[in-house]
Amino acid sequence: MSKIIAKEILSERVVKLEIEAPRIAQKRKAGHFVIVKVGEKGERIPLTISQANKETGTITLVVQKVGVSSHKLCALEVGDEITDVVGPLGQATHIEKFGSVLCAGGGVGIAPLLPIVEAMKAAGNKVITVLAGRSKEFVILEEEIRKKSDEVIIMTDDGSYGNKGLVTEGMERVISQEKVNLSVVIGPAIMMKFCTLLTKKYNIPTVVSLNTIMVDGTGMCGACRITVGGKTKFVCVDGPEFDAHQVDFDEILQRLQAYKHQEAEAYQATLNK
Amino acid sequence: MSLDKEYLKEQRSLAWRDELRKSMPAKERTSRERVSMPEQEPLVRNKNNEEVNLGLTEQMAIEEARRCLDCVDPTCISGCPVSINIPSFIKHIEKSDFLGAAKVLKETSALPAVCGRVCPQEIQCEKACFYTVKLNKTPVAIGHLERFAADFEQKSGSVSVPEIAPNNGFNVAVIGAGPAGLSAAGDLAKYGCNVTVFEALHEIGGVLKYGIPEFRLPNSVVDVEINSLKKMGVKFFTNFVVGSTASIQDLREEGFDAFFVSSGAGLPNFMGIPGENYSGIMSSNEYLTRVNLMNAAQSDYDTPVFLGKHVAVIGGGNTAMDSVRTAKRLGAEKAMIVYRRTIEEMPARVEEIYHAQAEDIEFFCLTNPIEYKADETGHVSSMTVQKMELGEPDASGRRRPVPMPNSEYEIPVDLVIVSVGVSPNPLVPKSLPELVMSKWGTIEVDKETMQAHNVPDVFAGGDIVRGGATVILAMGDGRKAAAGIMKYLKSKHTK
Ligand SMILES: Cc1cc2nc3c(=O)[nH]c(=O)nc-3n(C[C@H](O)[C@H](O)[C@H](O)COP(=O)(O)OP(=O)(O)OC[C@H]3O[C@@H](n4cnc5c(N)ncnc54)[C@H](O)[C@@H]3O)c2cc1C
Ligand code: FES
Repeated sequence: MSKIIAKEILSERVVKLEIEAPRIAQKRKAGHFVIVKVGEKGERIPLTISQANKETGTITLVVQKVGVSSHKLCALEVGDEITDVVGPLGQATHIEKFGSVLCAGGGVGIAPLLPIVEAMKAAGNKVITVLAGRSKEFVILEEEIRKKSDEVIIMTDDGSYGNKGLVTEGMERVISQEKVNLSVVIGPAIMMKFCTLLTKKYNIPTVVSLNTIMVDGTGMCGACRITVGGKTKFVCVDGPEFDAHQVDFDEILQRLQAYKHQEAEAYQATLNK
Repeated sequence: MSLDKEYLKEQRSLAWRDELRKSMPAKERTSRERVSMPEQEPLVRNKNNEEVNLGLTEQMAIEEARRCLDCVDPTCISGCPVSINIPSFIKHIEKSDFLGAAKVLKETSALPAVCGRVCPQEIQCEKACFYTVKLNKTPVAIGHLERFAADFEQKSGSVSVPEIAPNNGFNVAVIGAGPAGLSAAGDLAKYGCNVTVFEALHEIGGVLKYGIPEFRLPNSVVDVEINSLKKMGVKFFTNFVVGSTASIQDLREEGFDAFFVSSGAGLPNFMGIPGENYSGIMSSNEYLTRVNLMNAAQSDYDTPVFLGKHVAVIGGGNTAMDSVRTAKRLGAEKAMIVYRRTIEEMPARVEEIYHAQAEDIEFFCLTNPIEYKADETGHVSSMTVQKMELGEPDASGRRRPVPMPNSEYEIPVDLVIVSVGVSPNPLVPKSLPELVMSKWGTIEVDKETMQAHNVPDVFAGGDIVRGGATVILAMGDGRKAAAGIMKYLKSKHTK
């Protein structure tokens, strides 16, 4: 059981929760995630740890309402308990002084990007961050990101905030201006696919953090398996971060669709309740 | 832990055993037919989730117990991995002392109600039974009798909480709450240790809960054992991954004096053939976890699961049988086992194979998938299989299946469950690099004490040491390790 200490509505569909999890707060590093289950009948869903505070023993999760489980989680209020929280899971981000690091975050992917931006900055890198979203309300955590980045570029599809255009356009602008030593991209699979194509063109080493379907999160089921460099890998234990240029994004996109139909029906039923 | 010959002899010569033996001539005993286990009708049970075997009645159990000859040299015991005093418990049943029988079982087995249901008796005790070896008759139904006595105790409401030695001040951590961990926890508590069990999942029980289905091993049977551990003072922490939530070193610093690693062999193997990552193809661990642990098939639970109409399960072990029978129960029109050898070579319990056959499961033996094909959405739609024939025996002594040329054909499928074995869980070993590991990723230990080489306060047992093995071996390891841990702690500290 983990109690909710604070809740902030970031946008109509995105909620930030600070929850009690003292052991996880102690151990967690950038890149780690937790598995959360709400209620006895809930589903186990993975969420990246966005921030952690060792003193208060709390961790921060940013949740986007996409289905039944995230909806239930977002509906919890301060003082409520989350039935099960386990972690920190996965491999931590490899942090070192690379030089100039270009970070790109799309939508709710900005939340897991935040700790990486922080850690890259702390390791002495120059950090340039591109934040992207469909419209203004999808660009979250801008203030926190700005505090830790040397430069921030904002891109929206509809031009309602920052520059009008795709995340790749923002990235390309940076790449044309200076030598980028490493790129870190987190967001929807389709966005990561196109960002990866871009950095491949410029030969920039790139890391992506993948958010696949998971069940246990400890390597036991294989629901999270993907293909990297022709080999099957489990995102929960081998990842969630991988060398983007080796990842088979088309397979990921197709596997993410697996339960879409069932999930959409269940979600509709929840909304109708 | 094994019972010595003297003790067995002494028990056998107790007056009541003598009398019982004399009460019926051996000829009459051996002339009786083995009682058959009452079970749900196959075509009824393949649509529900209730237990298949209904259990022997008292009368049936006594009848069956009478078949046992109470041999001078009870060979059956040598067939039992934990040397249960088999004639003693059976003779208690014969004289209607069912609680007495349960007590005998508990001298050596921590989980008799579980083992009576899931042990492969046909290659253990029942294979070594005098009836099998010398009379060429069906063996005494030792497994059914074990289940009977254990269930009787559970239902009687007088499950005895074992006597607990005065607290010795030692703190022992058990990592993983499967059969190995639960049985170690029980013994350590009896010795007077403070025992804490850390479990990665949100439920206690390991494979007994997330793997083996309700129709073969009801959760309530496992819960009785867990509750009795709780009564004995064992503490459980779920959602705690040792190696991630805390390392063994952290736990040492928090005051734990010794560790028992029983984290199992949870990692599913895949075959690495083309198309295996299409949606609609998953490991048996994923399928069974969704259905058993997450209750995905019940509409009021949030976890989804594919309900296939044409389901193929690849493999011939218990896990494969459990998956295919689950698929049938969830409404599959065609539920198929696809196995590259023949039924004779299948590692599953014989009873499960019989049950599956009766439940309308189709068996495609000497058949191996080589490729999967998908529809336009990326969901599996068919599998290409190849016919096999048996060639020369391989290292395991089983005849090696070899592909027959030009024998490929297609089987339409909409759900494939891959059940081709598991590998040890690397989470704990990864966080303890000093551990000596085998090339298969299992932890190397001393066979008697279960102590890890190089790291004296760490002991290990069950599937993390053996690879995918059995409940009874895991349970036996847990008990050996508990004794090993006590010996180590006593010699190290004089607290
Ligand atoms: C579907 C299926 C059917 C089977 N049928 C039979 C049968 O009929 N008869 C039979 O004898 N055997 C059967 N087996 C095999 C048997 O279940 C196993 O051999 C036995 O459960 C092994 O016990 P264990 O305690 O070593 O491990 P497990 O039961 O695997 O338990 C390990 C536990 O450790 C937890 N864990 C792992 N890593 C960590 C960590 N780092 N920190 C904390 N916890 C951790 C896991 O979540 C799990 O709960 C079957 C197995 C399966 C999968
Ligand atoms: S989520 Fe089960 S193996 Fe990764």
